Amino acid sequence: MTDATLAFAQGGSQHLAGTATIVHDGPASKRIVTGYGFWIFLLSDIIMFSCFFAAYAVLVGQTAGGPHGSQLFDLRSVAAETGLLLLSSFTCGLASIAAGVRNERWFQAAMAATCVLGLAFLALEGREFASLVAQGAGPTRSAFLSSFFSLVGCHGMHVSAGILWLLTMMAQVFAKGFRADIQRRLLCFALFWHALDIIWVAVFSVVYLLGSAV
Amino acid sequence: MFGKLSWAAIPFDQPIPLITGAVVLVAILAVLAWVVIAGHLPYLWREWITSVDHKRIGVMYTLLASVMLLRGFSDAIMMRAQQAVAYHSQGYLPPEHFNQIFSAHGTIMIFFVAMPFVIGLMNLVVPLQLGVRDVAFPTLNSVGFWLTATGALLVNVSLVVGEFARTGWLPYPPLSELTYSPGVGVDYYLWSLLISGVGTLVAGINLVTTVLKLRTRGMTYLRMPMFCWTTLASNLLIVAAFPILTATLLMLMLDRYFGFHFFTNEAGGNVMMFMNLIWAWGHPEVYILILPAFGIYSEVVSTFSGKPLFGYRSMVLATMAICVISFMVWLHHFFTMGAGPDVNAIFGIASMIIAVPTGVKIYNWLFTMYGGRIRFTTPMMWSLGFMVTFIIGGLTGVLVAVPPADFLLHNSLFLVAHFHNVIIGGVLFGAFAGYTYWFPKAFGFRLHEGYGKAAFWFWLVGFYVAFFPLYAVGFLGMTRRMQHYNVAEWRPWLLVAGFGAVLILIGIVFQIMQLVVSIRHRAELRDATGDPWDGRSLEWATASPPPVFNFAVMPDVSGADAYWTMKMHAREQGPGSSAPDYRDVEMPRNSPTGFVCAFFATIMGFALIWHIWWMVAAGGIGAFATFVAFAWRDHDEYVIPAAEVARIDRANLEARRAALSFAGSA
Repeated sequence: MTDATLAFAQGGSQHLAGTATIVHDGPASKRIVTGYGFWIFLLSDIIMFSCFFAAYAVLVGQTAGGPHGSQLFDLRSVAAETGLLLLSSFTCGLASIAAGVRNERWFQAAMAATCVLGLAFLALEGREFASLVAQGAGPTRSAFLSSFFSLVGCHGMHVSAGILWLLTMMAQVFAKGFRADIQRRLLCFALFWHALDIIWVAVFSVVYLLGSAV
Repeated sequence: MFGKLSWAAIPFDQPIPLITGAVVLVAILAVLAWVVIAGHLPYLWREWITSVDHKRIGVMYTLLASVMLLRGFSDAIMMRAQQAVAYHSQGYLPPEHFNQIFSAHGTIMIFFVAMPFVIGLMNLVVPLQLGVRDVAFPTLNSVGFWLTATGALLVNVSLVVGEFARTGWLPYPPLSELTYSPGVGVDYYLWSLLISGVGTLVAGINLVTTVLKLRTRGMTYLRMPMFCWTTLASNLLIVAAFPILTATLLMLMLDRYFGFHFFTNEAGGNVMMFMNLIWAWGHPEVYILILPAFGIYSEVVSTFSGKPLFGYRSMVLATMAICVISFMVWLHHFFTMGAGPDVNAIFGIASMIIAVPTGVKIYNWLFTMYGGRIRFTTPMMWSLGFMVTFIIGGLTGVLVAVPPADFLLHNSLFLVAHFHNVIIGGVLFGAFAGYTYWFPKAFGFRLHEGYGKAAFWFWLVGFYVAFFPLYAVGFLGMTRRMQHYNVAEWRPWLLVAGFGAVLILIGIVFQIMQLVVSIRHRAELRDATGDPWDGRSLEWATASPPPVFNFAVMPDVSGADAYWTMKMHAREQGPGSSAPDYRDVEMPRNSPTGFVCAFFATIMGFALIWHIWWMVAAGGIGAFATFVAFAWRDHDEYVIPAAEVARIDRANLEARRAALSFAGSA
């Protein structure tokens, strides 16, 4: 609205402002919009995970004469994976702080540490998967194992994508510095990485702890 | 080298798909050749393909939907013709072809007609109604559109390269498992929907964020036009439901590609889990489609009755109630599958409860019209046709929500008639109403009223003639998806239904003629003021078509029906003549990211369908490289200086002021 009726509307709202307290200040800032949108994406991603959790819960007893979780899971290895991932969330937090104060050296160091911890997590998970397949307990063995490999593998795929993203962000900060749009991307990356941690806590509890009891 | 792909994939022995494919291919090549030779390619690339303008993207969504409507309708009329002739005979469509047609018809109509049509209208209108310059994520918006187009393309490629699924629009296992569907049909289905599903999710996130975070000054939640509310509800459902579809299709994909056992008969797979998961998406999907249509009817009825929407707050409440309850009724799609009487009763009652907020809406529209000075324009005709038709469809829905009745009618043509009654009479009529209503906003001229009304009457009558016989024949025991039959009592009804499809065809022809005639007579149909219908919300407060920045000066909203309020102010105090306070405007730069990304997604999807693994890797690397290249660019925005904003705005400013003073004197 470009003409003077706008002025009337403005005048009207100023007039109203005295009597009514309903105020809306207009569009939110880019940082808020980006972060908010990414939260919505994360919620949708969590819903996708919840389907795989549901499938696991339905199929956990369907071993088709094959091994149960208690015969397969090595809780010590899983504890190590959990430790690595939680620690990577800590270093990711350090990277966010470093980005906040625009300290590139600390930022790159913390991101590199996050990357190493994530890769170590993936290595342990890969070892677990390989040993299961070697025992004849691969995903095609039973519906239980199909759902196990899908749920845990889906998380692993997310971590892999996260590492790809992490490396891209390291390169971006190296090449471009802490520009406003890069800061927004870093915010989203941090949200993503921490969300994967939360999902892992659910995987750890539902799949490994409860699954070991079956 | 090329996986499962060989010359055997081209159906040389089946004339119908081959000739259709050849004709379509020739048509596409002819259009492309014309575009290139006439020198339109740079314009198309610059102004449309790489555009991140929500209005352009909205138009492209709607265009995609319209083209796919023709494809989906071709399937429909082929099925009607087959069932009209296949009495004691095989008809003209062999069973394996007929099964592909009904599967493709449903898939295309839901995913590539209804969805892009409503998403297109939401994209076009919602930022304008909110009084803002763009959506929250313009480039992702373009990515979402092009991924949807990729899905549509893959479905159509299946016509000539390989085959489409024969498993219905929802691929129920175990039929859709590799054991019983060894061909590539189900794979075409899976990958086109997985890819377009990503696009839909992106659109959902984008529009939710837009409505919740980008509103102009003073646009509080309860001042938003109803279409914004239904957009919010619909996109919240997209965000909450489409991941379920993605997960379910991924599980079926893992079964088919890697021998997993989610839904197989052996090794502990659970078929019922597929039914539950797919309908936990599928029922909200119905409301994803119908809620925006409800919003369109609210806008249309209010505008053409010249009254504010009756019971605005109850409408908001009803919309959000439907949004929540839609997640609690999914089991009514499979009452017959043995969940037991208690569970069936709960879901039956929930299904009846969801009819209540819908009924509230109907009364709100009726009371909006009551006492109003109604103008019977084409959008209003669609809305009136909707109200009558949808009530009948809703009532048959409540009927099948009663589990004992459902046991009788499950999978019969009664059900087919019911959901067409609500989807055509609800979603499609709404899409057509919105198309006619907002066409002048998008293009700057109105659509021809005469042809529009002719199209409406043929659609309306055609719908009743085509689908009401199906209710009867459903009661007579005919199940859906029959390639041939030998029951004499069904024949007359199916002949009448076939005639109805012809009436609808005439309606579609009138719609095409309406578009052609309107373009030819666009000078007479020109909308100079930007407010051709005496509208109430902010999309009418700017030029038609709006400038790239939508509003030269950000509107300031002081109440519901924002533009109506401004017009009333002008009526009391005159339109004024002072120069508006123009400022520099920052707009997102165009980007080929969406198109290039979809190009690689198409390659990847095709390669996945045919197990061409090196090509999958190439497509994946290409898509990732595209995103990195996009992330690397330094200038993603450009500034339009205030003087330029003033120059663009001046063209329309006087006409709008004149219209305002006219509204003032009226």
